[in-house]
Amino acid sequence: MATIPSSPAAVTPTTATAKSTLLSIRSVAKSFGKNVVLREISLDIAEGEFLTILGESGSGKTTLLRIVAGFESASSGEVWMGDQRLDRQPPYRRRVNTVFQHYALFPHLTVEQNVGYGLRVAGRPNAEIVTRVAEALGKVRMTEHAKSKPSKISGGQQQRVALARALVNRPRLLLLDEPLSALDANLRRQMQVELKSLQREVGIAFVFVTHDQEEAMVMSDRIALLRSGELEQIATPREIYSRPATAYVAQFIGHTNLLPGEVRQGVVHCNSLSWATQLPEGPVLFSLRPESIQVVSAAKPATPGQLRVRGRVRQQAFHGATELIRVQCLGDVVLTVRTPSGTGIPDEVDLEFSAASAVPVRPSAGRN
Amino acid sequence: MFSRAYKTIVTAPPLLWVTVFLLIPYLLMFCYSFWSVSAAQTIVHSWDLANYRTLFRVNVYWQTLLRSMGIAARVTIFSLLLGYPLAYFLSFYAGKRKDLFYQLVIIPLWVSYLVRAYAWKTILGSGGVLNTLLQYVHFTKHPLEFLLYSPFAVVLTLTHIYTPFAFLPIYAALEHIPRNLVEASHDLGATPAQTFRKVIFPLSIPGVVAGATFAFVLSLGDFLAPLLLGGPSGIMISNIVVSLFGAAYNWPLGAAISLCMLALVVSLLFLSEHLEKKWSFS
Repeated sequence: MATIPSSPAAVTPTTATAKSTLLSIRSVAKSFGKNVVLREISLDIAEGEFLTILGESGSGKTTLLRIVAGFESASSGEVWMGDQRLDRQPPYRRRVNTVFQHYALFPHLTVEQNVGYGLRVAGRPNAEIVTRVAEALGKVRMTEHAKSKPSKISGGQQQRVALARALVNRPRLLLLDEPLSALDANLRRQMQVELKSLQREVGIAFVFVTHDQEEAMVMSDRIALLRSGELEQIATPREIYSRPATAYVAQFIGHTNLLPGEVRQGVVHCNSLSWATQLPEGPVLFSLRPESIQVVSAAKPATPGQLRVRGRVRQQAFHGATELIRVQCLGDVVLTVRTPSGTGIPDEVDLEFSAASAVPVRPSAGRN
Repeated sequence: MFSRAYKTIVTAPPLLWVTVFLLIPYLLMFCYSFWSVSAAQTIVHSWDLANYRTLFRVNVYWQTLLRSMGIAARVTIFSLLLGYPLAYFLSFYAGKRKDLFYQLVIIPLWVSYLVRAYAWKTILGSGGVLNTLLQYVHFTKHPLEFLLYSPFAVVLTLTHIYTPFAFLPIYAALEHIPRNLVEASHDLGATPAQTFRKVIFPLSIPGVVAGATFAFVLSLGDFLAPLLLGGPSGIMISNIVVSLFGAAYNWPLGAAISLCMLALVVSLLFLSEHLEKKWSFS
């Protein structure tokens, strides 16, 4: 069982593992006048990593991206790429490219000219430009639209051109600012897969900004969750889901139940439930995922090692393969439980979960 | 949505206005341009192209027309050279003071044209502000004569007057350039100078074309600045038209010259509209 992270230091970045660090954001803070947008953000990005910066609007995720790209300067802190200090350089000297939210394709240039823009301003020889542009357009399957103006192609196609335009320069790091948010749901899902496989193929580190937790889970190697300018947690999708550091993270990523309790002499007391623990004394908050709770028949004897409660079904919502049911139990506690669809649910149910699946989380101010 | 009667009532007055004060006069001018004046100073309703021939055969007419175009072209170039950097600075670098600067550019337009033209007369005259200053600093012993009553004075004054007209459409065009395009350009490695050349300027061309058209067309037809500041060498075609309709009493020739200018201006407007469309991407 994980211990409760007791200080903010416990959520400082999990440093990039095996692969070497490409980009290092050190204590970056940003405020616009009195409005503090980012507070002391530190995180490392590894070579070839797909890192998602996830957060609600206003969490500061886009500002952080713009600081790395160079469109915004940090109020304090540093950004390093290898042994080079990045945040003192103008954006056009950074080996970082960006895919903008609304693509920002040059309307007066053709698809081909857009993609070749970076190479042309860098003064590459013409023959090289032609080959590399053709190659990049091929990679995003836009060869046949090479001569079109951006206004003549669809949103998804513009998206791919924007990607090619950035990748053709072989940046060391690609920044993507909610690049899929303007696409409709189907295309979006398709692009998620495409983007992920493209990233594997080119091996360039991606920093991907989104407010969509599902998108973040599907694509990322690691997720950095921002909330009101602070880093709540940075971890792999699996880890962030199964071991959320705070109540906010637990709620933002997927569904969860939050159970307040108290530890007294090595025992957790949570309403009428209690189990042994190694957590320190004092109040405690647990996150319990809906799928870690099982509905069992009242006739079945209690499974050893499982905690068991009886409750009344208040609500049922069909989600395709599974259903989410809301069960009132332990007095006025309402637990959300995920069950396979199609199993008849009686009004009165018994619920079971293991003490290990209740993950202690730090309470988050404001939203709990 | 609206009844037929309502539509008729609403559209009739402006239509009537345009017909009586614009279409009919133009038609009359068109007729006049083929007529002639007899020795007894009466209009002879003979239909021929004599007036048009005069315009292109008599030196003073076509030379003045050419000079007017030359002056208008210079005014256009100088207005753009002044207006573009100003618009660029305001749009990209003025920050919070943008509105203030914008008003400062607009305010001269509230001052009567005549006042502004007269102001230059006071500045450029032989006893004027500029000459007094130049003599005071011993730059020159005698007042510089070319300053006033010359094409130079006309170009200077018209540039001063029409620069805001060149500035406004350029400013509007620059303001319409999405800033993420500028960021994208920097992001792709283009320096600020390259970004200007390859992104900002091409996207501002419709504004430049509109501004140039304003400056050229307005100064081509100007007659007050040459009248007040031009002197004999700074006469423009409109001054000739004015005198033909006035003292010289040769309305037919005046009408012919006017129509030629009208044709010139209209074709310029068409050209400019075509260019603007070609370069607009919204």
